[in-house]
Amino acid sequence: MTDELTIAIPRGTLFRKTLDFLEALGIETAEIRANDRRLVFPGILTVRPSDVPAYVEHGAADLGITGKDVLVEQSEREVYELADLDYGHCRMVVAAPPDADPLGERLLRRGVVRVATKYPNVAARYFSETGRQAEIVEVKGSVELAPITGLADAIVDLTATGRTLAENGLVEREAIWESTARLIANPVAHKLKAEAVDALVARIRELR
Amino acid sequence: MIHPVPPGTRDVLPDEMRELRALSGSLHATFDRAGFGEVWTPALEYEEVLRRGDERAAAGFRLFDDRGHVLALRSDATIPIARLVANRYATEPAPLRLCYFAHAYRAVERGSGQAREFLQGGIELIGVGGAEGAAEVIALIVEALSEAGLNRHRIGLGDGMLYRTLLANAGVSDEDAQPLLESLWRRDLVGLEVRIDRLGLTGSARDALVAVPALRGGREVLAKVPGPAAENLSAVHELLAERGVADRVIFDLGLLRDLGYYTGTIFEVYDPAVAFALGGGGRYDELLGRFGPSRPACGAGLDIQRVHVAQIEEERGT
Repeated sequence: MTDELTIAIPRGTLFRKTLDFLEALGIETAEIRANDRRLVFPGILTVRPSDVPAYVEHGAADLGITGKDVLVEQSEREVYELADLDYGHCRMVVAAPPDADPLGERLLRRGVVRVATKYPNVAARYFSETGRQAEIVEVKGSVELAPITGLADAIVDLTATGRTLAENGLVEREAIWESTARLIANPVAHKLKAEAVDALVARIRELR
Repeated sequence: MIHPVPPGTRDVLPDEMRELRALSGSLHATFDRAGFGEVWTPALEYEEVLRRGDERAAAGFRLFDDRGHVLALRSDATIPIARLVANRYATEPAPLRLCYFAHAYRAVERGSGQAREFLQGGIELIGVGGAEGAAEVIALIVEALSEAGLNRHRIGLGDGMLYRTLLANAGVSDEDAQPLLESLWRRDLVGLEVRIDRLGLTGSARDALVAVPALRGGREVLAKVPGPAAENLSAVHELLAERGVADRVIFDLGLLRDLGYYTGTIFEVYDPAVAFALGGGGRYDELLGRFGPSRPACGAGLDIQRVHVAQIEEERGT
């Protein structure tokens, strides 16, 4: 049995930092940096961040790196969460236009607030846990557009610096939780390739 | 026009069915030779009967019959067999060896690619306690898979009480322990460590709680958690060595199974060709007592579909 590991890494905002992180672990990434369109490299797959858990759960990759936000949204995935990689810091927030308090007034008069988000499970759970009724509208992108156009009263989204929110006339109202990049593992690979997995986790702990 | 079937269910056509039938036949022959007689129980049971076995056992599919009784599709075969044993063998003192091949049903998340209806084949050994019973069950599962043509399958072996005992010894209350066990069960080792630190534990108790879920490997890991669980696992291992299958075992001290009735030894079956466990089982010494006379018991179930995938990969030599 070979103990070589395949890792699924996220394209998008975590991509560069993930490549730097792999470099720090002693994994060569020059080939990946030089080939922007290729998706598959020896031992490494580059996929959308939200697809990483599926690749790992189904064993197409033994390990994966993706944001905690993705793992919370897809909490039913059967994968191990092995390490907090301490980069890619961002916050899941409720944001709304700055004028008055659309969340409060809407709730007062209509009993329900309409929320647009790319994270329907996270948003539904948060409003339910805070005892408020919400209609969740799932959108796939440009969620900041929703309050401006009247599609929704507020949004639930991920923000690192708050700049995109501000540029679209939104302010953060409530912080839900913080997210960072995480290392995840397929449960069977976690047992059958334990030595290789543990060696990598040990190196990650040393880096911190 | 295509008439849909519910997601997570499917049709099986002759080529595949022939192989699934042959696989079930091979497993059944091994079970039968070892004295495990096949039983059949209804796919539908009264909801309250299933819930007597495990609170979440009826969570998948429920329906009303023509008299307004709530029925549920079984989510595994073990609870119905515990009911059957209480009804039909209450006065039978000798150990019972039963096997089954049956569909079970569970709710799954949309888009997860998992089956809502799946074929399970397994064994239940009733009236043989401790390491002896666990070793008989595990050895027979290993043998049945070998007979079916697999040769790379492994057993992940743990003890369902181990982490609970560690928590209790560290002075963690049952109430505080629950979210920690939940994190471990969800395989969220990062969240587990955060929650351990939030309890304010320090020193060796804290370090053990953080380290134990990652302990897996050979006998040497048992030395790191001295106590009844390690002694139990060591005894199971010795009995498996006598049966010549100990080299299949990977100790996995962080293993927890999702059903509420396991009491001691638990295990899962893995094959490098399949990304999910092929099956699993464990001791359930308290389940029989919920239906009738209390008796120690141990069982295992295999997902026939997944074993079939492992079989195909084995033939391809991948």
